Amino acid sequence: MAEENKKVALTVADRRAVMLRSTFLQGSWNYERMQNGGWCYAIIPAIKRLYTTKEEQSAALKRHLEFFNTQPYVASPVMGVTLALEEDRANGAPVEDQAIQGVKIGMMGPLAGVGDPVFWFTLRPILAALGASLAISGNIIGPILFFILWNVFRMGFMWYTQEFGYKVGMEITKDLSGGLLGKVTKVASILGMFILGALVERWVSINFVLPVSTITNAEGSFIDWANLPAGAEGIHTAISQFAGGYFLEPTRVTTLQDNLNSLIPGFVPLLLTLLCMRLLKKNVSPIVIILCLFLVGILGHVIGLL
Amino acid sequence: MSGISIILVFIVAFLAGVEGILDEFEFHQPLVACTLIGLVTGHLPECLMLGGSLQMIALGWANIGAAVSPDAALAAVASAIILVLGNQGTKGVDTAIAVAVPLAVAGLFLTMIVRTLSVAVVHRMDKAAEDANFKAIEIWQLIAIALQGLRIAIPAMALCFIPADIVQGFLQSMPAWLTEGMSIGGGMVVAVGYAMVINMMATPEVWPFLIIGFCLAAIGDLTLIALGAIGVCIALIYLKLSENTGVAGAAAGTGDPLGDILDDYE
Repeated sequence: MAEENKKVALTVADRRAVMLRSTFLQGSWNYERMQNGGWCYAIIPAIKRLYTTKEEQSAALKRHLEFFNTQPYVASPVMGVTLALEEDRANGAPVEDQAIQGVKIGMMGPLAGVGDPVFWFTLRPILAALGASLAISGNIIGPILFFILWNVFRMGFMWYTQEFGYKVGMEITKDLSGGLLGKVTKVASILGMFILGALVERWVSINFVLPVSTITNAEGSFIDWANLPAGAEGIHTAISQFAGGYFLEPTRVTTLQDNLNSLIPGFVPLLLTLLCMRLLKKNVSPIVIILCLFLVGILGHVIGLL
Repeated sequence: MSGISIILVFIVAFLAGVEGILDEFEFHQPLVACTLIGLVTGHLPECLMLGGSLQMIALGWANIGAAVSPDAALAAVASAIILVLGNQGTKGVDTAIAVAVPLAVAGLFLTMIVRTLSVAVVHRMDKAAEDANFKAIEIWQLIAIALQGLRIAIPAMALCFIPADIVQGFLQSMPAWLTEGMSIGGGMVVAVGYAMVINMMATPEVWPFLIIGFCLAAIGDLTLIALGAIGVCIALIYLKLSENTGVAGAAAGTGDPLGDILDDYE
């Protein structure tokens, strides 16, 4: 789509407003749709620019109140691509809701996979440890240094990756005749489902600690702690026995979780997700489900099941 | 503490609470939060030390996905206030660190409550979206943020007026079954969010990919980046294959004699 044919386009000021509002991305983080409120709040300047009728604006707002969750800074490149898709949609390109949702979901998982380790487990610990070591010795530079370095880097990252995403997003929709958008939609929805499957396995956690069976290990198959030689020789014997496949304890406890995991790891989280899907389709309110799950967690823990 | 100090403590605590959820400016990191509390109460040296020491403990605390980490915001703000009230100077730093960890768990509890309350907030946003009411959505977003700020600011205010040993006694009396049960529940409620998205995206065509993703995720060595790469490749291969069959089908039947015969019977 050539630039001059466009009816509306986002200005640099619009995009900067969206980036600044992205600071509040996690403000209404909730157990139902996570960062959806903050995402919608951030994209409002773009919606105001692109859509004029009340119907279009309402549809766009609803579209961006759907589930979203990622590491907050890497949401910026996703936002950039989304802005480009919305701009094309406003100019009449057949960008479907599913394409926009697919792009958001498909990008958020892998990007969180980059953002979490890079920001939370590398950059922040390094900068914070530097600042903390100065602070412990009573140097006020410590917190100041941490605060300034962190925020300069964060804001730069958010602005430039959002712009990068915006440019890439424009490329995707340029070549409409080649059906590229349709392909991207399909790839995005496949990737989205694939990542959702992975997230269910990784992030939904249920652990049944209920013991199913306690087996007494045969004599001579476990380390006989009481009769080990004294001193380093004893440690040596114990370790070599352990390496040789000896059990640590005379009895072996199998929990319900061990049994379920041997069927397929994450089987119960999957069942739970399917159950939630069914309940939601039957119009059970998500908040009721959430409260029930907390209740199940507490009760299950008290009776020793979870 | 003077009136002005208490007001400033309220502001610092509010900012820490807001940042505890936003995770942007990092006001809630003990290094920053304790230092600011020290600054506004005139106990800078010992609060600076407390901040540095707590920061070392909290280096790896991070909110990953939907999991909530121990709450650095309440730990930092409240332990700094306890340090200031104790008025023992740098000698009080060790005790303050000891109370900080149970406080972090208490803060975790509070943020989970607010995160549940925010469900109601986004439902208000849904209603506002029906009427394309931008202002209402913006106001509700700010209300949700303010709730997170008050989550720290209110306990901080209370601490300014309650003797420290009573606080400590209360924290230790919080039953383990409740806190542990809550965090188990927290591990499960994530499923609700995923269920909503799957309901929205699922078509018979893409269902198998969810199962593939689910099964592959059990391999712990595969990071989310690796899974993303696999997902993209599978999607591209599928696209290519479905295109090929599409073109062949249009050109010369199915290109498969048995298939043509079967088609004739239909």
